[in-house]
Amino acid sequence: MNIIQSIESHTCYHCGENCDKDALNTDGKHFCCEGCKTVYSILNDHNLCNYYKLDANPGQTIRTTGVERKRFEYLTDEDVRKKLIDFKHGNTVSVTFFIPGIHCTSCVWLLENLQKIEEGVLRGTVNFLKRTLNIVYDASVTDLRSIVELLTTIGYEPNLKLEQLGEKKISGMQRSLWLKLGVAGFCFGNIMLFSFPEYLRMDQSGSSEMFRYFFSGLNIALSLPVLLYSSVDYLKSAWAALSQKGINLDVPISIGIVALFGRSLYEILSGTGAGYLDSFTGFIFFLLIGKMVQKKTFDRLSFDRDYKSYLPISVIRVSDFGTERSIPVNKLNIGDQIIIRNQELVPSDSVLQSEEAQVDYSFITGESDPVNIIKGDQIFAGAKIIGGHAHMLVARKVEHSYLTQLWENEAFKDTSMENRVTSFADRISPHFTITVLSIALLALIVWWQIEPTRAFTIFTAVLIIACPCALALSTPFTLGATVNILSLNGLYLKSTDVVEELSKANAFVFDKTGTLTESEKNSVHYVGEPLSETELKLVASVSRKSIHPLSKNIFKSLAVSDLLNAEDYYEIPGKGAFAKFENTSICLGSRTFILEQTDIDDKDIPGLRKPGSVVHIAIGGEYRGFFELENKVRDGLTELLNSIDEGHEAYLLSGDNEQDAGKLSKLFPNWKVMLFNQSPLQKLNFIEDLKKEGKHVVMIGDGLNDAGALQASNFGIAISDDMSAFSPACDAIAESNSLNKLNSLVDFSRASFRIIISSFVISLIYNLTGLGFALTGHLSPLVAAILMPLSSVSIMAFTNITTRLKAKNMGLRIWA
Amino acid sequence: MGVIFVLIAFSLLVALIFLGAFFWAVKTGQFDDPQTPSIRMLFDDETKSNKTNTNQS
Repeated sequence: MNIIQSIESHTCYHCGENCDKDALNTDGKHFCCEGCKTVYSILNDHNLCNYYKLDANPGQTIRTTGVERKRFEYLTDEDVRKKLIDFKHGNTVSVTFFIPGIHCTSCVWLLENLQKIEEGVLRGTVNFLKRTLNIVYDASVTDLRSIVELLTTIGYEPNLKLEQLGEKKISGMQRSLWLKLGVAGFCFGNIMLFSFPEYLRMDQSGSSEMFRYFFSGLNIALSLPVLLYSSVDYLKSAWAALSQKGINLDVPISIGIVALFGRSLYEILSGTGAGYLDSFTGFIFFLLIGKMVQKKTFDRLSFDRDYKSYLPISVIRVSDFGTERSIPVNKLNIGDQIIIRNQELVPSDSVLQSEEAQVDYSFITGESDPVNIIKGDQIFAGAKIIGGHAHMLVARKVEHSYLTQLWENEAFKDTSMENRVTSFADRISPHFTITVLSIALLALIVWWQIEPTRAFTIFTAVLIIACPCALALSTPFTLGATVNILSLNGLYLKSTDVVEELSKANAFVFDKTGTLTESEKNSVHYVGEPLSETELKLVASVSRKSIHPLSKNIFKSLAVSDLLNAEDYYEIPGKGAFAKFENTSICLGSRTFILEQTDIDDKDIPGLRKPGSVVHIAIGGEYRGFFELENKVRDGLTELLNSIDEGHEAYLLSGDNEQDAGKLSKLFPNWKVMLFNQSPLQKLNFIEDLKKEGKHVVMIGDGLNDAGALQASNFGIAISDDMSAFSPACDAIAESNSLNKLNSLVDFSRASFRIIISSFVISLIYNLTGLGFALTGHLSPLVAAILMPLSSVSIMAFTNITTRLKAKNMGLRIWA
Repeated sequence: MGVIFVLIAFSLLVALIFLGAFFWAVKTGQFDDPQTPSIRMLFDDETKSNKTNTNQS
């Protein structure tokens, strides 16, 4: 028992990883590696050990990062620096980093106390949801490079990708919306208060005239900011639509606004009434609440990434004199010699100069097995280097590479919302506007015959009461609730505008690798002579050390925590690994590697029964067996496929080979089409063809190789295991475990449109009631003041409650 | 009854002060990030006491 306890206590004080037996030891604390120990000593030197008190083992494993001084040299480049920083005022510079490593209280605390470590840092502010760190520093004391290096050393490497060199996006919409809402709410409340005397008919008392002027004057003064500030977006948008000879929902809204305000102003100034300023401000207030609900976005997710978010910002270039220097990727020229290290992406199409290299093309093709290439072969941009360094010559500039050419396709040209199909509410608003205007004109003509003095009053009353309050509110509130419920069920939509696209879906196109099967080969079987516990430990120790992706999966599947230290270890990247222990040796790798390293006869190694990845093992020179690794099919896939209704069609598009075809057609026999070895462009064209056939296509994919298809489809869903990880441009990001609910989510989005329609019916009843008052000339300010908020609030309640009830009936999660 | 004008003027003034406070809160970014402040409030001024501790030891 004692032994076990002592092993368990050997977790790294910094990152919580299990340590080897001979763990590094400082101040009675254990560390798994030099990196973690360095971080601890930095923090200890600066009295920042509070970091370890807020959360247990809060650190990131440093083992894998390892800082090389040369890496951030490009940050001294003036052009790069100018693009990265937010603003500069004298020597005060503000810069914002995206740091994926932010995950706990300790992170926030440490990053906001950076000034205690690095002199010159003035202030650090973390946004936990967005995982960003804003740093304000004094450029005369420190510079960008030192800060980035410090962050990397303590395990919070900022994500610096090529896209940061592009234009910065301006945000600030949200703030102005809050301000507009605040003004509208303030004026609404006060006008209500000042209108009370009018509701209660306090005319009888002697000083009533004076009061009336006083209160009316105050009301006009208070309603002006609402008209000129809060409602200005609606007026502008309506004007823009009208000047392009179109009608959107903002047109009837603006007619209502103008009618309400104009009529009120006329009544007050002519002394004929008290006006409807309370209804007017209330209307704007509720509209803005609706807009707020609709604008709710998922800050931590990003829906419009292109290849620039994948490619690194810099690369190491070797000059003619052999010196290595990191330079920004967009300054690469054809013929430059560059070095790409293990796990790094190749930024542009290049020709290999090293003798041999292992590349992983899963980003581009979806093919998950690494490919071996030799000197002189071409490597495409987006390939990931596995194993050691690779030298290469740049053959094409970044923007002309094979991968980036996909973005030259037309599908990426018209992505702005204006060119998309207009929303449901916008489509019906022309009919609505015309109906309202004709009723109002009819009333005007009829009353003109009966009593010309009241005709205009009735005309404006109709315009006021028919203002599309409910129409304007039901869509944002229903869709807001829908998006909210979808997010609780693991599907995060880009905006409320795309719900409609999802609801129309009738063809589902799936990518294979990463979507139907997990991206790593997770299913590991051992075939051969059984291994003893000690032997398993040996295999685990070797596979832990190896950098090959297959060994990593073998290590994971063995689940051995107590590792042994090898006396001698070497690895040939892409071939295998050899390790020597106290009393035995172990060999792990491909067939040829085993044959080279040991005296085992070729006949003793069994041939492969089916295609797949295999790792052979020899212990002490004896052949023992092999690990067979397969792509694991995602959990819940069968339910998903079988739940796809008969009216819908399912297609499979894979960049991978036919290896899994049999397995997938056994799972689901009704594939309409199964295509393998598809290039990103072929995928895109396939989607375009489906759309031409009149299908409404939902594309579900994950990698950069699906980017074109996701963009071309009506509704692109990117699957992601880790929500903060990068996903290509899409309409929605789905958690991988929510995939099995996809069909009910589509059904639900359809149901939410039925809810919008029924809320229209309710609002129509209100409008007709109001119209009755208006046409007979009985629309008093009090009636309007009651009817307007009542209809708004009841629509808000109705849409929210029914959407949630519907979701509950469909078995979806409705609470966080 | 004249006092009602004074009262209303005063009540509007108070309300405007609150509106001003709301504007200030929005402008200083208090509505931008609803999550992090809830974490930040958990930190005490422990660093100072730590410093004195290490100085003593």
